[in-house]
This record gives sequence, structure tokens and C-alpha cells, in this order.
Amino acid sequence: MTTSTLTKPAAADTGNTGPHAARIHHVSKSFGRPGAQQHVLDDISIDVAPGEFVCLLGASGCGKSTLLGLVAGLDKPSAGSIETPGGRPALMFQEHALFPWLTAGRNIELALRLRGVPRAERRTEAERLLELVRLKGAYGKRVHELSGGMRQRVAMARALAQDSQLLLMDEPFAALDAITRDVLHDELTRIWQTQNNSGSAAGNLSVLFVTHNVREAVRLAERVVLLSSRPGRVAREWQVDIPQPRRIEDSAVADLSIEITEQLRGEIRRHGQH
Amino acid sequence: MASTETTPQSAAEAPGEDPTGPAADADTDSATAGATDAPAGSAADAPATAPAEAAAGASATGASGTGPGPAAGDLAGLEAGLDALDSAVVSRQPWLRTAVSKAFPPLVAVVIVLGLWQLAYHFQLKPHYLLPSPLDVYRSLRQKWLEGTLLSFVWTSVSRGALGFVASVAIGTVLGLIVAQVKAVRAAIGPILSGLQSLPSVAWVPAAIIWFGLSDATIYAVVLLGAVPSIANGLVSGVDQISPLYLRAGRTIGATGLTGVRHVLLPAALPGYLAGLKQGWAFSWRSLMAAELIVNAPDLGTGLGQLLEQGRELQDMSWVLAAILLILTVGIGIELLIFAPIERRVLRSRGLLVKS
Repeated sequence: MTTSTLTKPAAADTGNTGPHAARIHHVSKSFGRPGAQQHVLDDISIDVAPGEFVCLLGASGCGKSTLLGLVAGLDKPSAGSIETPGGRPALMFQEHALFPWLTAGRNIELALRLRGVPRAERRTEAERLLELVRLKGAYGKRVHELSGGMRQRVAMARALAQDSQLLLMDEPFAALDAITRDVLHDELTRIWQTQNNSGSAAGNLSVLFVTHNVREAVRLAERVVLLSSRPGRVAREWQVDIPQPRRIEDSAVADLSIEITEQLRGEIRRHGQH
Repeated sequence: MASTETTPQSAAEAPGEDPTGPAADADTDSATAGATDAPAGSAADAPATAPAEAAAGASATGASGTGPGPAAGDLAGLEAGLDALDSAVVSRQPWLRTAVSKAFPPLVAVVIVLGLWQLAYHFQLKPHYLLPSPLDVYRSLRQKWLEGTLLSFVWTSVSRGALGFVASVAIGTVLGLIVAQVKAVRAAIGPILSGLQSLPSVAWVPAAIIWFGLSDATIYAVVLLGAVPSIANGLVSGVDQISPLYLRAGRTIGATGLTGVRHVLLPAALPGYLAGLKQGWAFSWRSLMAAELIVNAPDLGTGLGQLLEQGRELQDMSWVLAAILLILTVGIGIELLIFAPIERRVLRSRGLLVKS
């Protein structure tokens, strides 16, 4: 029922040797002492093309947050390699993680400062980023004065302030109410498209988005990667050819969600069988 | 459906212009309705009943992706409405009313204590030379004031206390930071540092006198030994209470090493650190009084502790009580005038000061 026109031509397959924003190459990760090790990730290979929006989907225990932490450089893989040619990726959490001792604007300015933006330009740049997430006038607001949705938008602006070509998002909307989450989906899609159509020297913005919400994944992503649990492996991938802007209620989104959910349930069922 | 839909489409633009308007509530509802209807038309194979305007707008944005068409306006309006609905309304009492409501109960308590004291004096619970009246104490204070010496006693002690405190902050902060951050140091001296807090600093006085004689050095040594452990411990517990999330967030935006300490670790630890500073001041003031009571030499300036000791030597109970009251007043005054406002400001700016 939907036309299968791709919104972007650059959809990289795993194993592609072309340019990429992130290359996760046969990565494994285990925790614990040798002998009593727990394998969290097992031989995962995912390439994210420049400008691509990829959703990592999986039940709890599939190690999706661990994988994101590895890509962010917060931890090292036990085996395999991760390349992020665009420099240190930006990372957004489920919690806004804004610093409560700074105003919204200063939070963004700190990221700019640590990136090396000269003092004179920081204020203007912070105002621009706030305007991008439609929070003009929130510069002097304290974090606790903002609503949950506004906090996540400031966090998004802070992540964009890093001017990284790769944005990692770890269930950033999971703690929001459904109405706000819906609006932020629209907002994220808009910002991602704006960054990729601006033709700026900064280049494309790729997003690697982790979620356990199938519909959210289908709503947002160009490609959905399903991970199996314990250990996390790539179970299957879907190319999502529904044109943006999508809505979470769209029947095409629902159809694909049902297909993916069936697969996800199959993965979960395997764990009950031993 | 077609007739009702055109109105929300145009109304949805309004909250974008004025998110704080009185009609923001009603506008949000219509904006939501407009936003959910418009793109649904584009995806569900464009039903014939959909209004031409909405269908055209949706397909236009679908093609260009980022065009500021009606859908973009809808989103901005919707967001403005959500922001207006969700934001906490912060109202603050006028400061005069706050001051009066805060000052009144302790004042009543002081008046009651003075009344009981006067009653005890009146019924001669103890002979008058052992229990002077509040008025006698006031007269002693007044006499010292008229002699012009009262302020110099207070200043001698306060300046010693302040200097000792500042030195303690410098040492305690560095020490606390090292203990909090270096595992080996923490394992080695962490327990000793918190154990030192239970050692009354007056216990250091004999040792300090043997080392430094009856001098200022003795007084400062006792103050430092009293205050440094609580300041260092305050910083350590402040660092321990930092949410790991802030440290992770700091690292992802590039705050590592000393930059991380300066921009993330120290500000995040500030509430615990301030509590440590407050306790550190209380400890330096107490230690100072203990030292001044014992270290009494003519060539040292006369502080409040020495004043107290002189009162004891003269068996002048109203003088002794006056000195005790002065020591208490200075301690409370510095806490109320310096530490309480700073702490309140820090906590309020972080949304940690919840009004009951």
C-alpha cells in the first residue's frame, strides 16, 4: 500500500566498504572474570552510512545500550573494532542528563566550549541551537523549570552542539508521555532532515537510535536492525521505505511493526525453551 | 469533518506566536486535532473526503522533506502548547513576608527562655552571684561596649576564625579531592579522615602548646586540625553523591581529566561540599574557642575565649554569661548571614529546595 521510494539513496549494506559514519566490525563484548564470563554482544557488524537513520531494536538484555556505549567510546569492545570517522559521537540518554547547576543555554555553551568554539561565538551559536529545537527564549531557564519534553530538546541541542556527524540516542524518549513523545518524533525527524539538507560544511548527520519500542523504530528509521538477546546478535534487518514525514498511526507503519514484532516475539520465545 | 478542519488549521498558527497567551489552553486542543488529521490524510491513500488544503500541504512536505509548510507550523504550535501546559509555574513570596514568618518563631522562643531565666532569678533558684539576671548580663555587655573594647574582642576572634577557616578550606579541598579521586589514597586515609572528626579538637591543644608554645601558631594549628577533616569529608561525600549520569554526560561532551573536574565534578559536588564547609566553619569556631580558653598570654590579642577565661578568673558570672552569648551569637550570625544564603541559592537554582 505504500510506495517503495527511498527517501535517501545512500542505504549501506553490512560489509559495504564505502564511506560510513560508524562501522561496527565483528564486535563482541563480555563482562566478568575469565571462566565466569557473560557474553553480552556476539559478533555484531553494523555499518551506518553518512546521513543514515538506523534504529537498533531489541528486548531487554540484548545489549543495545552496551553497544551504544561502545560506539560512544565509554567502554572498549572485547573483540572486533569500532570506527567513527566523524570524531567523537554525540550521545543522548533516556534521562536528559543536563547539568542542573547551569541554565539551558549554559549547558549548550559548555559543550561548545569543550569543542573549542571561541567565547565570542558561543552565545550566538547556543541561541541558534535552541531555536533549532524550537526553544527560543529558554536560554536563561534552569533545568528544573523545563518540562520533560523541553529538557530532552535542550539535551538534543547540547548533543548537536558537539557538531558530531553521528548522534547516538539511547531510548531518549522512553520516559516521556505519549503525546510529547509523538511530538519529539516529528521534531527529531525534522532536525535530522534539516541537518542533512542544509548542505553545510559540517556534513551529514547520522543517527543510531536504540529503542525497545517497535513502532517508534518504524516511525523514525530508514533501517531497523533487530538484535537477539543474550548474547546480542543481529537477528534481522529491515529497510523502511515509507516516506517521511510518517506518523506512528500510519497503516504502513503498523503493518511493518506487526511483522517486526512477530520476529521480536520469536526471539524472546527462544529464551523460554532452553 | 471537512468543514471543521479548516479552522484548527489556521488557529494552530496562533500559539506559535504567543505561547503564553491566555487562550493557550484552547489553542493546544485544536492544534492537536489539526496535526493528527493532516498527515493521516497523506498516508492513508488520500481519502476523497480530506480537504484539499490539508492534502496539498501534506504531500508538499512529503516531497521536499523540510519545507516550512502547514505541517511544520502545526508542529511548532503543538510544541508551544505542550511547553506552556507542562512548564512549572514558579511563584515566590515577597521577601519581607518570608523574613517575618521565618524570624517570628525563633524570636518567640528566645523571649520564652529569657522569661524563664528572669523567673529563676526572681525566685532565687541560685544566689544572685551564681545566677545573674538577663539585665545584669546586658549591663556587663554594655559596660564593655562603653569601654570600647567589645568590638575588638569580637574582631580578634572572628579574624582568627576566618583566617583559620580559609586556610582549612584550601587544604581540605585539595585533600578531599585527592581522597575522593585516588583509590589508593582513599583506602589508606579515608577512614582516618572520617575518624578524626570524632576527635574533639581541644585534645590537640596540649600537643600544639608543646610544639608552638603560647603563640598564634598554636591557635591556628588547633583550628586547622579541627576544620580540615570535616571540609575534606564534605567534599568526599559530595563527590560520592554525584549521579554517574552527569559524569557519563560530561565525558561524552569531552569533559575529561582536569576539565572534567572543573566543569562537572566540582559543580556537581557543590551541595555536599557546602555542607562540609558549613560544618568546617562550626568546627573551626569551636576549636578556636577551645584554643583561646587555654592559650592565654598577655602578648596575644584578647579574643572571646580569653574574655571568657578572664570572667572565670574574676568569678564574674554575668561577664562569663555575656562572653558565652557573644560566642554563640557570632557562630549563629556567620551561619545565617554567610552560609545559609549561599546554600539556599545553590539548592534553589538546582530545583532542590522544595517548598512544603
